[in-house]
Amino acid sequence: MATETTADGRAGPVGRIRARLEGPNTVGNSRRFWAAFAVGVLGLVVYPAIGDAGDLSLFLVLALLGLSLSVVWGYAGVLSFGQVVFFGVGGYTFGVVSINHATPSGITAALVLGVVGGALVAALMGYFMFYGGVRNVYVTIITLVSTMVMHTFMAQTAGSEWTIGDAALGGFNGMPAIPLLAVGIDEVFTIQLVRNTVELQAPVVGLVEFDLFYYFIVGVLVLTYLGLRALVNSDYGRVMVAIREDEDRTRMFGYDVKRVKLVVFTVGGALAGLSGVLYASRNIFIDPQVFGLTFATLPVIWVSVGGRKSLLGAVVATIGIEYLRVSIEGEWALVVLGVLLLAFILALPGGIVPWIDGQLDQQRGEAPESRPDAPDAPAEVTDS
Amino acid sequence: MSADDADVVSDPDIRQTPAVKATGERTDTLLQTDGLVKQFGGFTAADSVDFAVEEGELRCLIGPNGAGKSTLLKLITGKHAPTEGSIYYDGTDITDFEPQDRVKRGISMKFQVPSVYNDLSVRENVRLPVQRFATGEERARRIHEAIVAAGLEGYEDVPASSLSHGQQQQLEIGMAAALDPDLLLLDEPVAGLSVEERQGIADRITRLNEEAGIAFVVIEHDTDFVAGIADEVTVLHQGDVFREGPIEEIESDPAVQKIYLGGEGE
Repeated sequence: MATETTADGRAGPVGRIRARLEGPNTVGNSRRFWAAFAVGVLGLVVYPAIGDAGDLSLFLVLALLGLSLSVVWGYAGVLSFGQVVFFGVGGYTFGVVSINHATPSGITAALVLGVVGGALVAALMGYFMFYGGVRNVYVTIITLVSTMVMHTFMAQTAGSEWTIGDAALGGFNGMPAIPLLAVGIDEVFTIQLVRNTVELQAPVVGLVEFDLFYYFIVGVLVLTYLGLRALVNSDYGRVMVAIREDEDRTRMFGYDVKRVKLVVFTVGGALAGLSGVLYASRNIFIDPQVFGLTFATLPVIWVSVGGRKSLLGAVVATIGIEYLRVSIEGEWALVVLGVLLLAFILALPGGIVPWIDGQLDQQRGEAPESRPDAPDAPAEVTDS
Repeated sequence: MSADDADVVSDPDIRQTPAVKATGERTDTLLQTDGLVKQFGGFTAADSVDFAVEEGELRCLIGPNGAGKSTLLKLITGKHAPTEGSIYYDGTDITDFEPQDRVKRGISMKFQVPSVYNDLSVRENVRLPVQRFATGEERARRIHEAIVAAGLEGYEDVPASSLSHGQQQQLEIGMAAALDPDLLLLDEPVAGLSVEERQGIADRITRLNEEAGIAFVVIEHDTDFVAGIADEVTVLHQGDVFREGPIEEIESDPAVQKIYLGGEGE
């Protein structure tokens, strides 16, 4: 057990990386966890050989949206129904820019601008909310209303006057024919990611096909997850969590609470924007349903069920619930989701992943709070 | 987040502290409020308060419920903005400073209800104020010193939720003192504590005052506790300073006794 705590065994580069990724703000600070994590990633890598990677790639894209809410709500305590606004702005920005500049360079710029667009809208909203003294449930109401405003606005863009360059916004019909996602610089190096299958001749299994977009998403998601783990366990992440727990106390330690909230909200917006860009890329299409009330509610359900104080929970629950949602026919899916949300709020308010983590700790005979148990472990507080 | 003082809002027109109060023979005024008024709707919680704290002084603030003690502290920390009047700290007008910028200048506060982070261990609690301005070895040293100052050695890895109420009060005082402040405001630090715990807190406050030279403003109702620690006492009544002086004089003042018993004072 001693070798699995964060406080010791920090020699070498692996130890230093682990020190950055582990801390009180994430579950899984043990070798066992990282072994399971590696198995999970390996599972994602080989999954296309046994299942439908097409659906799973959608779930993984949406997991980024789940992560964006986990950071904003779970770690900084700002319950936002507006993540889909940044998601939609990212998707539409990507569509408009890429349709007008349908070369790999243009599409790469569209990807970046989609992310920047999501971040900018979040920064603007966040600035007026947090510096305007809006707190708690009023942030939730404002963000919810903003999704409805965007839905109403985008729904009435069917006319030809709502055309930006060559890109028609298309009202409820949405924006079809978004160019296939490709990244690179024209005439130097480009690679098409969507609808591009690479075939490799492997020694034992024979011909293997790789859907590049799927592996791109897996890479983006794993890197995002690890990056966010490092963020929430850093000094800055500790301040985020401190603000979630007690704003006034944290302010009286000399921290600029409004600025931290604005930064986290903007990062969440960028992440949701990235998710939106990849969503529009994968579907080659986007329509105003991404601003609809149903879609706006989904991230809150994913994060509540998975455990809002757990990044891993957001990813696992997004994949699980979206799998459930596409497996159930028609409107029943929404009924099941509603029941699921109520059941979790009543029975397991902390969410499923922290609960499993607690159960595993108990099985190993550890009280959950005894984690950093080396009394002379200054490394615990001197890292980073 | 840049934690240094570079981003502290600096007032280009820094006014000097007004003349120290008429009776003040000392000149090293750390904090001075000048005609501070705070109105909540029609209710005046602070009514033209002139209140001063000298460097290194230990001053208690007493007064009946609703006298405006907590309001005065919240005006000093910037939680509330005054309706009228000014606050000077170390010669600078800080009336319009954000709370975090006042903290960076040296004002620290312990809240009335213990505000500790229940999910975090004692060490991680203390780390929060310290990590803003200290890294590496210095961070570890300051965290250790704060835990010692709080009297919580041996509890480093215990979650704050498992501490007793008294230990949580100690922890929060340790966290507030870990900021290395020049002025520490304590809002009822011994409310709900046993006699032994009160004595422990009193010893810690006295030690921080004498050894670290921190000036204190302590809100407290218990006159025995006040007598045990304070140089000077300020009595607030109906939002204004009613009496100031040594505790013996204040205790035996019939007008003070009368306001505590619900009268109108003079």
